[in-house]
Amino acid sequence: MNSQLLSLAIWVPILGAVPVFWIGSERRTLVRWLSLAVAVAGFLVTIPLYTDFDSTQSGMQFVEQAPWITRFNTQYLLGVDGISMPFILLNSLITVLVVLAGWEVIEDKQAQYMGAFLIMSGLMNGIFSALDGVLFYVFFEASLIPMYIIIGAWGGPNRVYAAFKFFLYTLLGSLLMLVALIWLFLESGGSFNILDWHQLRIGIVPQILIFIAFLVSFAVKVPMWPVHTWLPDAHVEAPTGGSVVLAAIALKLGAYGFVRFSLPIVPDASHQLAPLIITLSLIAVIYIGFVALVQTDMKKLIAYSSISHMGFVTLGFFIFNQIGVEGALVQMISHGFVSAAMFLCVGVMYDRMHSRMIADYGGVVNTMPKFAALFVFFAMANSGLPATSGFVGEFMVILGAIKFNFWVGFAAATTLILGAAYTLWMVKRVVFGEVGNAHVAELKDIGGREFLVLGVLAVCVLAMGLYPFPFTEVMHASVDNLLKHVAVSKL
Amino acid sequence: MLNNFVMPDLYPAAPEIFLLLMSFLVLFVDLVFGATHRWMAAMLTVITLIGCAAITLVTSDGQTTLTFSNMFVDDLLADFLKLMTYLAVIMMLIYSRQYMADRGLDKGEFYVLVLYATLGMMVMISAANLLTVYLGLELMSLSLYGLVAIDRDNTRATEAAMKYFVLGALASGLLLYGMSMIYGTTGSLEIGGIAQALYHGQAEKPVLVLGLVFLVAGIAFKLGLVPFHMWIPDVYHGAPTAVTMFIGSAPKLAAFAMALRLLVYGLLGRDGEFAMHWQQMLLIMAVLSIGLGNLAAIAQTNIKRMLAYSAISHMGYMVLGLMSGVVDGQVDPFTAINAYSSALYYTVAYVLMSLGAFGMVLLLSRSGYEAENLEDFKGLNKRSPWFAAMMLIIMFSMAGIPFFIGFFAKFAVLLAAIKAGYTAVAVVAVMFSLIGAFYYLRVVKLMYFDTPVDSAPIAAGLDLRVLLSLNGLAIAGFGLFPDAVMIICTTTLMRSL
Repeated sequence: MNSQLLSLAIWVPILGAVPVFWIGSERRTLVRWLSLAVAVAGFLVTIPLYTDFDSTQSGMQFVEQAPWITRFNTQYLLGVDGISMPFILLNSLITVLVVLAGWEVIEDKQAQYMGAFLIMSGLMNGIFSALDGVLFYVFFEASLIPMYIIIGAWGGPNRVYAAFKFFLYTLLGSLLMLVALIWLFLESGGSFNILDWHQLRIGIVPQILIFIAFLVSFAVKVPMWPVHTWLPDAHVEAPTGGSVVLAAIALKLGAYGFVRFSLPIVPDASHQLAPLIITLSLIAVIYIGFVALVQTDMKKLIAYSSISHMGFVTLGFFIFNQIGVEGALVQMISHGFVSAAMFLCVGVMYDRMHSRMIADYGGVVNTMPKFAALFVFFAMANSGLPATSGFVGEFMVILGAIKFNFWVGFAAATTLILGAAYTLWMVKRVVFGEVGNAHVAELKDIGGREFLVLGVLAVCVLAMGLYPFPFTEVMHASVDNLLKHVAVSKL
Repeated sequence: MLNNFVMPDLYPAAPEIFLLLMSFLVLFVDLVFGATHRWMAAMLTVITLIGCAAITLVTSDGQTTLTFSNMFVDDLLADFLKLMTYLAVIMMLIYSRQYMADRGLDKGEFYVLVLYATLGMMVMISAANLLTVYLGLELMSLSLYGLVAIDRDNTRATEAAMKYFVLGALASGLLLYGMSMIYGTTGSLEIGGIAQALYHGQAEKPVLVLGLVFLVAGIAFKLGLVPFHMWIPDVYHGAPTAVTMFIGSAPKLAAFAMALRLLVYGLLGRDGEFAMHWQQMLLIMAVLSIGLGNLAAIAQTNIKRMLAYSAISHMGYMVLGLMSGVVDGQVDPFTAINAYSSALYYTVAYVLMSLGAFGMVLLLSRSGYEAENLEDFKGLNKRSPWFAAMMLIIMFSMAGIPFFIGFFAKFAVLLAAIKAGYTAVAVVAVMFSLIGAFYYLRVVKLMYFDTPVDSAPIAAGLDLRVLLSLNGLAIAGFGLFPDAVMIICTTTLMRSL
C-alpha cells in the first residue's frame, strides 16, 4: 500500500504556512481565515489515517519510502503503527484549536504566530511518522526552532530566559541522541532504518550507553524529574497556544521516543534500568504532585501537574505489561486533551484579567457560568474522575503497576488523591466562592469561538472516558507486538 | 642548457593563465577609465572569474594531469575547488559592491588584489610541489595583507593588516622550515616524490616528524586553528567588512586543499602508518579550536569578532573529518574517502554560510555606518521580516540545527569521527556545539524578541538583496536535499585520490 497521506500530514501545514507568512500581519482577517483553512485541511488529511487503519496488523502502515541522502543510506521513510497514529490525529486537531485560540488575542505579528504553529504542527507529524533515524532526528530538532520563536516573541515578561532554557535544555538531550544514532548506524552495517535497528543484536555495555543517551534526550523532553525545570518556565512564559502545543504534543515526543527507540532497540538495558525509570517516575508522580499543590500561579500548577501525569506515562512503559503500556498511551492522548483544555481555560481568564495568579480570582462562576462549567469539568478530568478520559489511563497504569509490584502500584495510586487535591483546590479558589474583586465582577462569559474550542475538547474527553475502545483498539496489536519484542533478549 | 627546455603543457593551467592576463587588462582599464568609469574594473573582474569558470569546466576531463615538471596538478578536486572559489569570489564582489563604493574603496587595486589573491588560491589548490604550495600561499597572503589595509586611513584596519602580515610571515617561515626538513630527508620537493620516499621507508623519521610539526603549524595558521588562531579575531574585526568576507570564505577552500595535498597526498606513509603523527596534532588542535572558538564567541559584542571565533570552531569541526581518514594505521579506501569528503563538504557548506553571514552585515551597513555590533540586529524582524528569516536560517545552520546545510556538514564529520573510533571526541564536539548554539540563538533573539534601536530602512541595493536571498535559500535548500552536493564531494575525491 503506497499512500501519500503521511507526507500530506507533514507538508500541508508547513507549505500552508508560506502563504500565511506572505500575506503578512497587516491583513489580519485574511491571515486568520487562511491559517484556519490550512489547519483544518491539515486535520482532514489525517482522518483517513484512522478510518483506513487496519487495527489487526501490528506492522507499519501507510509506508512511504524514497531515497534521501544516498551517502548515508538515509531514506525518506514514513509509516505509522497503532502507537504513533493517534498522535498525528491529536496533533492536527490541537493545531486547529490553537489557531482558533489565537484568533483575537494575538495582536502583534499574527501571521508569523500562526505560521510558526503550522510549521510546528507539520514537524511534529514528521516526528511521529519518521521511521528513519536521521529523518526522526531532523524533525525532532527542527521543531525546536518554531517553539523557541513562539515562546520568545509572544511570551510573558521573562520570555527570553524561558526560550533559551527551553532550547538549550532540549538540544543538550538530542545531541547525545545524535551520537547514539550514528553509533547504531555503524553497528548495523550502514542502515538508519529504525526497524532494522529493532532487530540488531547489541552487547549489554553498548546497550546501556545507548539507553542512557536516549534517556537524556527523551527525559528532558518528557520531562522527567530531575530534568524537568525548563517546563514550568516555558509554560509560564509561553503564550496560551505555545503552552497548549507544548503540553499536548511536545511532551509526548519524549514518551514516544521511549517506545520507538529505547524499548525495542535496547530491551535488555531497558529491563536492567527499569527500576531507575520507575523510581524517577514515582518521584515525578508524588513529589511533583506536592510541588503542584503549593503553586500560586495557575499555569505553573498545570505545568507541574503535567510533569506528574507524564510520570505516569513513563511508569506505564517500564512495567512491561500490556495494560500498563496501553494505559500509558491512553494517558498520553488523554493528557493531550486535558492539559490543552486546562491551558486554554487559563488563557481565557488571562485574556480578560491579564493575571495567572490564583489569588487574583475568586467566584468566577458568578460572572462566567458557562466557562466555569467547562473549567470544572476539565479539572475533574485532570484529577482522574471516572467517566473522563483522565480516569481510563491512570486506572490502567495503576492496574498494570499492581500486577508488576503492589507497592509500586500503591505509590502510583496516590496520584488520585494528590491530583484531585491540587486541581480541585485551585478550582475552588478560582471558580467558587464569593466574587473575589471588582475585576472578577466585570468578567464576560466566553463567546462562541472560545466555547467551540473548549467544547470540542470536552466532547473528546468525555467520549474517551465513556468509551475508550476506539482508542485502545487501534493500539492493541502494536503494543502486543512491542511487548513480545521487548521480552526477547538481544544479547 | 636552454636546449633541454621543453615547453610545458599549458592546457591544465589555462584558467590561471587566463586570470593572470585578464588581471593586466583590469589594471590597464583602471588606469585609463578608473577615474570616470569605476564600474568597468568591477565588471571586468566578474567577467574574468566567469571566464575562468568556463575554462575550468571545459578543460575538466576528470583525469589527473601533471604539468610544469610535475609541479602543477589538474585533477577533479582542483577543478571542483576552483569552481567553488570563483563562486565565492563572485558572490563576495556582488555583496561588497555598494559597501566599497560608499566608502570610496572600489578602486582598481581592490579588484586586482582580489584577482591576485584568487590566483594564489588557484595555485595552492593545484599545487603538486612544496614550492608551488608556497608560491600560491604567498601570492594569496600578500594580496590579502594589502586588501586588509586597503582603507589606508583607518587605523584599526592598518593595525590588523600589520598583525596579519607579521604573524603570516612567521607562519610562512615555519612552513618553509618544515618543508626544508622534509626535503632534506626525503630528497624530493614533489608531493608525489615525498609520498614515494615515505612508502619505501627512505626518510629519516625524527627529521620527518620535526618537519611535519612545522608544516602542520603552517597549515593550522592558514585554517585558523588554535593555537595559531590569534590573528583571526583581530583581522576579521579590523578589515573592512567586504574584505573580512573575502578572507572568511574562499581562502578556507584553498587552505583545505593545501592540508589535503600536503598531509593526505604527501605524508600518509606506507598504508597510512605515518598519518597518526599528524592526526594526533590535528586532533588536539580540532578539540581546542572547537572549545575555544565556541567559548570565546559567547563573550563578543561585535558580530565580526563573533563570526571570527565561530570560524575557528567551524574549522575545528572540519578538521575532525580530515583526521578520521586513516584508522589505526590502516587505510580503508571507503572510510578514507568518506572522511575526507565530509571535510570537503564541511568546508563548502561553511563558505556558503560565512558568505551569507557577512552578507547580512553588509546588508545592514550603509554609507558612513558600519552595522558590526550585535545590537544592530535588534528588532530586524520588525524592519524586514524576510531578511530576519534569512539570518535565522544562517544562524541555525551555523549552530548545526536541521533542516539546514550546517547540520548535515556536522553530521557528516561526526559520522566520520565516530567511524574512526573517536567517539569521545565526537561527544566533546557536540557538547561544545551546544555551547555554540547559545550565541547563534542570541542573534535570533535580538532579531525576533527585541525592539529595534535603529529604525532606518535597509538601504542595500537590489543585487545584494537578491544574492542574499538566494544564499539563504540555498542554505535551506541544500539542507532539505543534501544528497547532490555530498555526492559531488565524494565523487570528486574518489576520482582524485
